[in-house]
Amino acid sequence: MDWAYLFEISLTGIAGGGLYALAALAFVMVYKATRVVNIAIGEMLMAGAYLFFTFASMLALPIWLAIPAAVLGAGVLGAVIERTMIRPLLGEPPISVFMVTVGLASVLVGLVEMIWTADQRRLPDFMPTQAIMVGDAFLAPKIFWGAVIAVVFIAAVLLVFRFWRGGVALRATASDQAAAYSMGINVPRVFSLAWVVSAMLAALSGIIVGSIGGISSTMGVFGLSVLVVVIVGGLDSVLGALVGGLFIGLVEALAGAYLGGEYKLLATFIVLVVILMIRPYGLFGTHEIERL
Amino acid sequence: MRIGTLKESYIADAALFDSRTQKTWLGIAAVLLVLFPFVASDYWLYLACLVCINVASATGLNILTGYTGLVSLGQAAFMGLGAYTVAIMQLRLGTPFLLNILAGGCVAMLGGLIVGIPSLRVKGLYLAIATIAASFITHFIFANTSFTGGTGGLTVPPASAFGVLLDTSFRLYWVIVPVTVLMLLGAANLFRTRVGRAFIAIRDRDISAEVLGIPLLRYKLLSFGLSSFYAGVAGGLWAYFFRVVTPESFPLLMSIFFLAAIIVGGMGTILGGILGAVFMTMVPELLKLVFDLLPNSTELTVFLSPVRTIIFGLLIIGFLVFEPHGLAEMWRRIRRFFHLWPFRN
Repeated sequence: MDWAYLFEISLTGIAGGGLYALAALAFVMVYKATRVVNIAIGEMLMAGAYLFFTFASMLALPIWLAIPAAVLGAGVLGAVIERTMIRPLLGEPPISVFMVTVGLASVLVGLVEMIWTADQRRLPDFMPTQAIMVGDAFLAPKIFWGAVIAVVFIAAVLLVFRFWRGGVALRATASDQAAAYSMGINVPRVFSLAWVVSAMLAALSGIIVGSIGGISSTMGVFGLSVLVVVIVGGLDSVLGALVGGLFIGLVEALAGAYLGGEYKLLATFIVLVVILMIRPYGLFGTHEIERL
Repeated sequence: MRIGTLKESYIADAALFDSRTQKTWLGIAAVLLVLFPFVASDYWLYLACLVCINVASATGLNILTGYTGLVSLGQAAFMGLGAYTVAIMQLRLGTPFLLNILAGGCVAMLGGLIVGIPSLRVKGLYLAIATIAASFITHFIFANTSFTGGTGGLTVPPASAFGVLLDTSFRLYWVIVPVTVLMLLGAANLFRTRVGRAFIAIRDRDISAEVLGIPLLRYKLLSFGLSSFYAGVAGGLWAYFFRVVTPESFPLLMSIFFLAAIIVGGMGTILGGILGAVFMTMVPELLKLVFDLLPNSTELTVFLSPVRTIIFGLLIIGFLVFEPHGLAEMWRRIRRFFHLWPFRN
């Protein structure tokens, strides 16, 4: 057993898990507020990354302008999605809304292939390239800085939603829609807000993921791992998203290093099945009591 | 409430095809199915076979999702199990055609039973995502064992049935269509029996069903098993039809395709499964025909695949937003219009 190697792999895994946590947070935000399982989360990541690509490479904007522009663009996209696809299905069975997001994923992939073609693209580098050493362990700089950005934004989002009025409204809506509505909270607007914020977070993590591994129209596969993360953590739990993200990141890195790259997805899905068998509502999810 | 359909006995009331109009139309459809291969070109025969295979698999998923209410994204994985079983039996053992197809169905059924085990504890969309795991695990097994030919997959020799080599779409048509029709009849009949009624009760409210004395685990597993049996048979036919089975042949996208097909067609109706599978299989082909008609079509062909992807997504969204009960409901509306036409409209 090579402990130094194990340590290095684990560090990479946990750092990569930070990205999962950020994307999972975007997912949980929508689920908590609107009870929509957004399977298109990976494709929303992709859309954000391509927006950034357009602003930074094609329009040659400086990075500090391109990132906010891409994030804002994604926010607009989130609002449009909510108004045109999700709002009309208010009150329909969950599987209908779920399938709408499946359709949405397909539309986003098609649009990206149509506008930017299916080729793999590289995002401009904006992170420092100096190698990071933790003790003796080497950590790829992009992954390290990506994780740092993810942690900063997760913290920011958590603080904002703790203290900002809109955040309180969102949490109130999540815990009881009817009560929130009768207290004067504009619930439909909270739904919009959740989608906008979620799309922005997704875009941000898309930009980071894209600058680490390049972007292409198959980037949505990242969303599958995010789905595993949120199911493992519990669909409606922010804590679950964070812990699950780090955990799945670690599992993927270890499986990739010790078993081989093709075992990565397999390992995460086996973890998923095992967790579901033990705790069907995820590690930190709410166990809903059914009444007739 | 339909009028003009007087029933005088319980048998007549429970009959699968209850009106003369319905029987006439079915007769016409049967004649058309028989005549079709003699007039159609190879391309249309190829499409007809593909449509039939998809109809069989979509009907299987309809039993599980439309009638029992368990959302599954593993249908393609079960088709893969069936296809690989058929390929391996045909290659290694050379057993007869029908036996292989049946075995394919049974192996897929076993797979379905295993995947169905969590369904008692895991519900709704948690279950849907858990079935994605089935997709990845079967893909991994297909790609990484030498028995299944690894990533290169297996090449299936054409089967022979009754001394005829089934190597063209024309010949396969005579196998694929009867098998599909049989399975459709089976599914339609299933929902007149105790088992089928239990499935519907579970869909409507599973706890109430349990209170009524329906053992949930047994019936949920049964539903999974039946649905994946359909998928396995469809997969077996698929293997004989395309004659190459690779791990990439049954992607997650294919499971999504079947789920989309039953949603577009109308969940919880046999007709919906048929219409949806036909519609979703034909749309990409029709798009291709439209593209060929456009001026300077060679430059536009790069857009064909993205446009297909977009249309696929838009169809799902459009049907869910504007016609949640799918094509079957549209069909019913048309039928109702003509039922008392021209006296009422």
